Amino acid sequence: MWDFIVDRRSQLLINAFNHVYLVLLAVVFATIIAVALAVLVTRMPRLEPLANAVSAIGLTIPSFALIGLLLPATGLGDTTALVAVTFYATLPILRNAIVGLQGVDANLMESARGMGLSEPAALLRVRLPLAWPVILAGIRVSVQMSMGIAAIAAYVLGPGLGVWIYTGLTQIGGKNAVNYALTATIAIVVLALLLDLLLILLGRVTTSKGIRV
Amino acid sequence: MTATEAAPSSATGEVSGAEIRLEDVTKVYPGQKAPAVDGISLTIPAGEIAMFVGPSGCGKTTTLKMINRLIEPSSGTIVIGDQDVRKRGVDELRRTIGYVIQGGSLFPHMTVAKNIAIVPKLLGWDDDRIVKRVDELLDLVSLDPSRYRDRYPRELSGGQQQRVGVARGLAADPPVILMDEPFGAVDPITRQRLQDELLSIQRELRKTIVCVTHDIDEAIKMGDRILILQEQAHIAQYDTPDVILGSPANEFVADFVGAGSSLKQLSLARISEVELRSATTARIGERTAEVAQRAQANGDLAVVVLDDRDRPRGWPWLRQLKGETIVEPTEDLVNLDSRATLNDALDTMLSNGHGGAVVTGDRDAYLGVVDFVAVTDHMRDMQARANQSAAEAGSETGGTRIARSDDEIDHGTDLAGTDG
Repeated sequence: MWDFIVDRRSQLLINAFNHVYLVLLAVVFATIIAVALAVLVTRMPRLEPLANAVSAIGLTIPSFALIGLLLPATGLGDTTALVAVTFYATLPILRNAIVGLQGVDANLMESARGMGLSEPAALLRVRLPLAWPVILAGIRVSVQMSMGIAAIAAYVLGPGLGVWIYTGLTQIGGKNAVNYALTATIAIVVLALLLDLLLILLGRVTTSKGIRV
Repeated sequence: MTATEAAPSSATGEVSGAEIRLEDVTKVYPGQKAPAVDGISLTIPAGEIAMFVGPSGCGKTTTLKMINRLIEPSSGTIVIGDQDVRKRGVDELRRTIGYVIQGGSLFPHMTVAKNIAIVPKLLGWDDDRIVKRVDELLDLVSLDPSRYRDRYPRELSGGQQQRVGVARGLAADPPVILMDEPFGAVDPITRQRLQDELLSIQRELRKTIVCVTHDIDEAIKMGDRILILQEQAHIAQYDTPDVILGSPANEFVADFVGAGSSLKQLSLARISEVELRSATTARIGERTAEVAQRAQANGDLAVVVLDDRDRPRGWPWLRQLKGETIVEPTEDLVNLDSRATLNDALDTMLSNGHGGAVVTGDRDAYLGVVDFVAVTDHMRDMQARANQSAAEAGSETGGTRIARSDDEIDHGTDLAGTDG
């Protein structure tokens, strides 16, 4: 298997890069969407059961099925992969963002408003920084999950390590079938762990010392 | 004991507060028939502390929050200075009104300095000015700037957090400060200290302070005026503490103030009214032998140790003074602010074993020492005056005023008599 990897190392690196790129792009979009939705939910608490239901049900939709449903709209290729991964990536972040934003002490928010912070300022300077550790925990879950889901993207000719897994599956019984699938799987796991480490570091840097646990 | 009597805080500073006027202010919450606040009209003179008290749900907090428009009144007018609060932008208005709530409500992700700097930053002050202001305020609330400026709220005790909360409320030097149960979350000893400190700060700054509390004793101690509210913020009585204690307007007020109101009048007498004794003082770093000599000449068995800013740091007995020079004492000396009440004074004296207490004035500077004899003398005088004025009031108003029962008067005399 070592020879197999050495022979194809440039292709492996390209696939790995594409995989991580797809996941990070999706998670960035997902974070923006999820936090925006969560802010909306905090302002209109009536929406909360709806948001929670969506994030619960959403995760039960098989990724294969979703990609199939997306095909007529977005066609084969990177876009479908990105949309599908973003969809799944949004759900854990949304749930955590709602919990985090709503968990900020109402007295603190009132005191912020009482001092003359405008509503957006109170959100940006008080509510979001305080909810950030909880949101970040959601982002970590989301990245782990998305690393796995992104592999499915190969099915619609998307980028990433899924391509090798797909190759392995279609060549079952062939000489390198297991090598393809195994290498890609291990690479995904290793990359996921690395990304998680980076996120922990990001958390250290971006979380105020005053609320760090 | 008249309503027009000058406010007790008419001491040092210039009035920097603004008058607050509520005119027929009503608040009806949507979906509720009965108004939470029903047509309250009220004037709070500039530079005074008005304490709002009443049973829970009486609308005192609602009334307070209508002043900075955290709650919008359904009808009526609120004027600060000469401006209608509704004519100003809500955020801009709030930046000119200090707001202090229970526990300080500091933002946990910001340092002490950043918490205090919030409003000055919103007002666009330059950085130098903000840094200077933060240090000045920390100093004002008796926290050493170099030690506390960069701490996070969770690294502070409850009392310290509350102090920072007060500093934050004062940050941009607002003419009006609103406080909602500011000292509700701290233990009684810390509460007494914080109250004294606030009174001392107020003596210097003369803001208009509106403070909601459920504690009638706190109201009596802090208030230039006390507003006692009934359901729907109907005013039961709005007057100085003397009048409220001496002649409650109706039975509700009498009940609310509670029995033993002549005892409570002890809370009205401030230490500043009592004659202080001057004790032997010593500076940190002074030669012990000289200090001991001075104390013996004065007939004192203990000396008050002051730091370089005249703040009492300890009150050691002579036999405890060891070493060549006076070192910084490690004891936690409980000082009394000169605005503290006789109640507080008795409390402190009983707990420290000196039979007296060290009294401080502005910025915790040493003023003198108060002892039991001075307090009991003053109490006896007060009782004599109270009996006299009760007799006068009784004959003038023919009993419309709710007379204090003979029991209570007797009780008061007993108390004054025990030490005499």
